[in-house]
Amino acid sequence: MAFVTALRRVAHVSLREYPWRTAAVTSAAWLTGQRGFTGGTRSDNKVTVNFINRDGEKITAKGSPGDSLLDIVINEDLDFDGFGACEGTLACSTCHLIFTEEVYKSLGPVTDEEMDMLDLAYGLTDTSRLGCQICLTKSLEGIVAKVPESVADIRQSQDGSS
Amino acid sequence: MSGHKMLFSGLKLWTSGRSRWMSRLPDGCSPKVCIVGSGPAGFYTAQQLIKARQDVEVDIYERLPVPFGLVRFGVAPDHPEVKNVINTFTQTARQSRCSFYGNVDVGTDVSVEELRQAYHAVVLSYGAEGNRTMGVPGEDLAGVHAAKDFVGWYNGLPSCRQLRPDLSSETAVILGQGNVALDVARVLLSPLDILKMTDITQPALEALAESQVRRVLIVGRRGPVQVACTVKEVREMVNLPNARPEMVGADFEGVAEALKDLPRPRKRLTELMLKTALEVPGEKEQQRRSEASHAWGFRFFRSPVEILADPERSRTAGIRLAVNRLEGSGEGARAVLTGEVEDVTCGLVISSIGYKSLPIDPSLPFDSRKAIVLNNMGRVQRAAGLYCSGWLKTGPTGVIATTMNNSFDTARSLVEDMDLGTLDVSVVKPGSQSVAALLEKRGVKPVTFSDWEKIDRVELSRGEAVGKPREKLLTVEEMLQVARS
Repeated sequence: MAFVTALRRVAHVSLREYPWRTAAVTSAAWLTGQRGFTGGTRSDNKVTVNFINRDGEKITAKGSPGDSLLDIVINEDLDFDGFGACEGTLACSTCHLIFTEEVYKSLGPVTDEEMDMLDLAYGLTDTSRLGCQICLTKSLEGIVAKVPESVADIRQSQDGSS
Repeated sequence: MSGHKMLFSGLKLWTSGRSRWMSRLPDGCSPKVCIVGSGPAGFYTAQQLIKARQDVEVDIYERLPVPFGLVRFGVAPDHPEVKNVINTFTQTARQSRCSFYGNVDVGTDVSVEELRQAYHAVVLSYGAEGNRTMGVPGEDLAGVHAAKDFVGWYNGLPSCRQLRPDLSSETAVILGQGNVALDVARVLLSPLDILKMTDITQPALEALAESQVRRVLIVGRRGPVQVACTVKEVREMVNLPNARPEMVGADFEGVAEALKDLPRPRKRLTELMLKTALEVPGEKEQQRRSEASHAWGFRFFRSPVEILADPERSRTAGIRLAVNRLEGSGEGARAVLTGEVEDVTCGLVISSIGYKSLPIDPSLPFDSRKAIVLNNMGRVQRAAGLYCSGWLKTGPTGVIATTMNNSFDTARSLVEDMDLGTLDVSVVKPGSQSVAALLEKRGVKPVTFSDWEKIDRVELSRGEAVGKPREKLLTVEEMLQVARS
């Protein structure tokens, strides 16, 4: 909502804004190089997430507790076209992900704010969430998240005219 | 590069369209695409093209000295997160295979035909700069504005700078119930303390500070279940500080019963409107509403028939609305006149019934009813090498993500045509070199992306001085002055 957003800006509270993006741009290459590395104590902190992309392929990636699923997609340079357009600020529905019933239940309650944007996602299901709002915890180890087809927000009217 | 290496590269050119050698060959050998318009459609098309083929070079032409189209001039100032896409557009523009040429008016400074000669493919992404008109008497009166122009005014679109909307009357009537209508209502009613922290223009802020508008009616031809706006924007209205909702309960007859059959998104939106219109709020909210100095409400089943003038000043004094009833239900429901009319006193009428694309060249196959360029999956009909994306392709509805998908689609068609040879990219095309020569001859000096970045820095620093994210430059002259400095 405009008012809440303005309030956040005044309080300098950033809801998933893009400092990580700058980090991702400069360190993506490093991360790509490091993706195969699994040894050492640092990886014990990591949580594995399996994405199913739009071609049905399984892409396994890791993130740290506290990272959102969108953070993982960006940090690991996963190639999902148009994913995360608004950079995690609940101003679009392009980080739409679909889960199994069981996993969905474990993700916790959905705020009105998220639901409002989710409502615009193409192919909305009862187990859909926005990836930018789901933060990793150890209990989410190994979950599967499907990246659905992304044709059209429902704000586009059916016959293409206004 | 030695002669031998050139020959080797030449062989690689013909055996593999994706050879990395191609990016090191002289300009003549890479596929060159030109995109007209630098809004989301232009940039998302460019992004996808550059990603899909390592050899493609993309030039984006833009009429204004500044890029980004409706992201800059359409998205409401209090929705800054929606503008985050500018970051990805900036990354695209900074790629070596992408060039931005601002201050170039395609159709006037260079023709579509000249672009088609210079490039292997031309993608038209110049959006919708016109309006759908209401087509009622009094539409040209002072006090009546198209939403596109009002939005352009508060967002600093140079051509709307002189709008000078009259905000001296108590009631404003907005025709149309889409998200643009709600943006206009929200800007008219938002507390100044909020607006002054956004990138709304200084003149708009000053005008709104003097505004006498206290009541905004958002009028639609059909009923609550047919509104084109979405739940986030309605929630923003409901939560607007110092404003209370005023709806007509009778407008919601039968709506509660219809809820159970609605898909979730439409259901949540309708429930919110129903609750706001009919439910008696808790004590605290009742108190807030009674103390609010501003009011807003949807008015349903009403179509404009005439803007009424104040004879002495020949400006808007009111609007005559025809009363409708609904035939059918759901999205296909039709508004049918009942014969009754209703007059509403107001001094400001904003028509928010749709943008409209214009044909920039008479040779383009254009559907004047839908106001789009005739195309199949982005390929312009009967015009090899010509493509379109964005609102020009599908009509002026949808958010940035909609346009993004639509542009990716066009890029896919174009890449497919290049890959399959349907589009012959083996022929050498001069690209920006020949266009630059034409422009120079015509006295047109393009603005590069780094020139825009100078404008950007000036706007950011001027904004910082007054506690805003940016203070936009308001005229093309000022923009060019900074660009050339």
